[in-house]
Amino acid sequence: MRRWIWLSVVAVFAIAYPLLLSSPFQQRLGALVLLYAIAASAWNIVGGYAGQVSVGHVVFFGCGAYAAMGSYAKFGLSPLFGIPGGIVIAVGLAAIIGVPTLRLSGHYFSMATIAVAETMRLIVTNTDWLGAAVGLSGPTVPRNIFDLSFLSSLPYYYLFLFVLVITLFITWWMTNSRMGFYLRAIKDSERAARSLGAPASRTKLYAYMLSAALTSVAGALYAMMFGFVDPESGLGILISVKILIMAALGGAGLLFGPLVGAAILVPLEEISNSWLGGKGAGLTFVVYGAIIVLIARFQPGGLLSLFTQRRKSKSDTESKSDTGAGHAP
Amino acid sequence: MSFVLVQVIVGGLLLGAVYALFSSGLTLVWGMMNIVNFAHGDFVMLGMYVAYVVYTLMGGGPILGAPLATLVLATVGVVVYFALIRGIMKGPMLAQILGTFGLALLLRYSVFWWFGANFLSMPPNIVGGTYAFAGLRIEASRLLAGVVALLVTLGLHLLLTRTSLGSKMLAVAEDQTAAQLMGIRPDTMQAIAWAIAAGATGLAGALIANFFYIVPTVGETLGIVAFVTVSLGGFGSVPGALVAGLLIGVIESLSGYLIGAIYKDIVVYVLFLLFLSFRPQGLMGKM
Repeated sequence: MRRWIWLSVVAVFAIAYPLLLSSPFQQRLGALVLLYAIAASAWNIVGGYAGQVSVGHVVFFGCGAYAAMGSYAKFGLSPLFGIPGGIVIAVGLAAIIGVPTLRLSGHYFSMATIAVAETMRLIVTNTDWLGAAVGLSGPTVPRNIFDLSFLSSLPYYYLFLFVLVITLFITWWMTNSRMGFYLRAIKDSERAARSLGAPASRTKLYAYMLSAALTSVAGALYAMMFGFVDPESGLGILISVKILIMAALGGAGLLFGPLVGAAILVPLEEISNSWLGGKGAGLTFVVYGAIIVLIARFQPGGLLSLFTQRRKSKSDTESKSDTGAGHAP
Repeated sequence: MSFVLVQVIVGGLLLGAVYALFSSGLTLVWGMMNIVNFAHGDFVMLGMYVAYVVYTLMGGGPILGAPLATLVLATVGVVVYFALIRGIMKGPMLAQILGTFGLALLLRYSVFWWFGANFLSMPPNIVGGTYAFAGLRIEASRLLAGVVALLVTLGLHLLLTRTSLGSKMLAVAEDQTAAQLMGIRPDTMQAIAWAIAAGATGLAGALIANFFYIVPTVGETLGIVAFVTVSLGGFGSVPGALVAGLLIGVIESLSGYLIGAIYKDIVVYVLFLLFLSFRPQGLMGKM
């Protein structure tokens, strides 16, 4: 019951936010929080629930971003048409990376994802058809509403909110399906899960492909809002880092963890950028690095796991939580 | 075979020896503690900057810079071991990956913040001119880097296999509890392993700083190179890292020469992915 009250409070706040705080800066901030929350929630499916830390998730983000901008720049279509194309490419790529590496221990998967992301960035940077280092641009002046090119951040805000709700619903539905039970079993002990007949590699692969598809949607939305994509903004390793750290800060493997992480870090970055200017870019990532180290060292379950821990010890059921926070000293 | 090709291969071998040196650090901590240091490449980057600072502040060349970089990085390694690694070693996989990855960001962007994103470089003749042997032209700085790296990597192998310290470290890698019963402190041995691993990156960084571009993000590329080398050579195997490092150096320079400079990283990455698919135990390892 408590849970539903909280959920409706959050929902009402999310819907009312851009009307209550209506300056362009605040609306843009809100839209960005939701956008990163979508990407981080998508990462959460494979990084949190399946326990496979992808460090190159930007490659799927880039698939979506390039597909959206490409459908306009190359075929004169609305960027919206790029979304299904981006999803197909992202899922195919996920299968190519996932089939060999998900069989191996987790470190391999993480490193392979970095290598793939860097390879893609280098290839795209040297491909003229994809705009090389300059990138691709979207419509400068919208031809009709389907170009999704708006001056105000307000339409983006509600669009992103809609997609975020869908993403969270898919995640929730997944965790309560057979696949979710498999994933939980695999994360606890892959060997035990396998011996009981859970198809470990296949389940992890499905989670990875689902995550890739949703990340590609986030990339497409990002490109539509900013109106362009280049190798740095669409395939740079720092986007991966942001996605990963938001999910980990809020709580990897918790439904609302990525949203909490995004709601903390996006304003932090925007404010530090506007205060410190260009010099702030380096500093922001110093702080990000420090935050990741501190989470890993002291609270690997993320911030939200503090609450779940407390609730658990209150109701005095189990002392060990299933989010990995039980390992924290 | 044309002279140019021989020249390219020799250049690749000299650079590959440096790859082998810093990769043997990664393979040591990986084999011993089963932890992967995602900040390994950024340790090398730090070594390069130490050498650069030594040069700009004191005008010292590699004779001063290399030992200093080794010492500084060995200290960094011990600090990182006690402050971070000991805490996350027995934690979940997520914490291990995040911990060292966060460290990588912290180092990379601290340097970025302090020195800026510009490409720095050492003066071209800091070590000496260019030698000519039988039609081959070899820069002194590359020759120095390759030879020193090769000798130190071999020395590391002897240290691990022929000395009592090496035996103690292997004992800890094999079975911590048993080692403890024999009066070996796992904590001390692991801290020493981190000092050696990070010290090797410091030396490697100082050696390549003389001819490589110096930039905060160089650690990312070098980190992947180290990872590829270790995967090819097998975990915990210094001789494996040596062979794989030399091989990667040669493959990289050959593909840079034959296909084009921008594709040399791509070739190495693709090779890595193919290896993961078909022979994840590495060239010489068993699984």
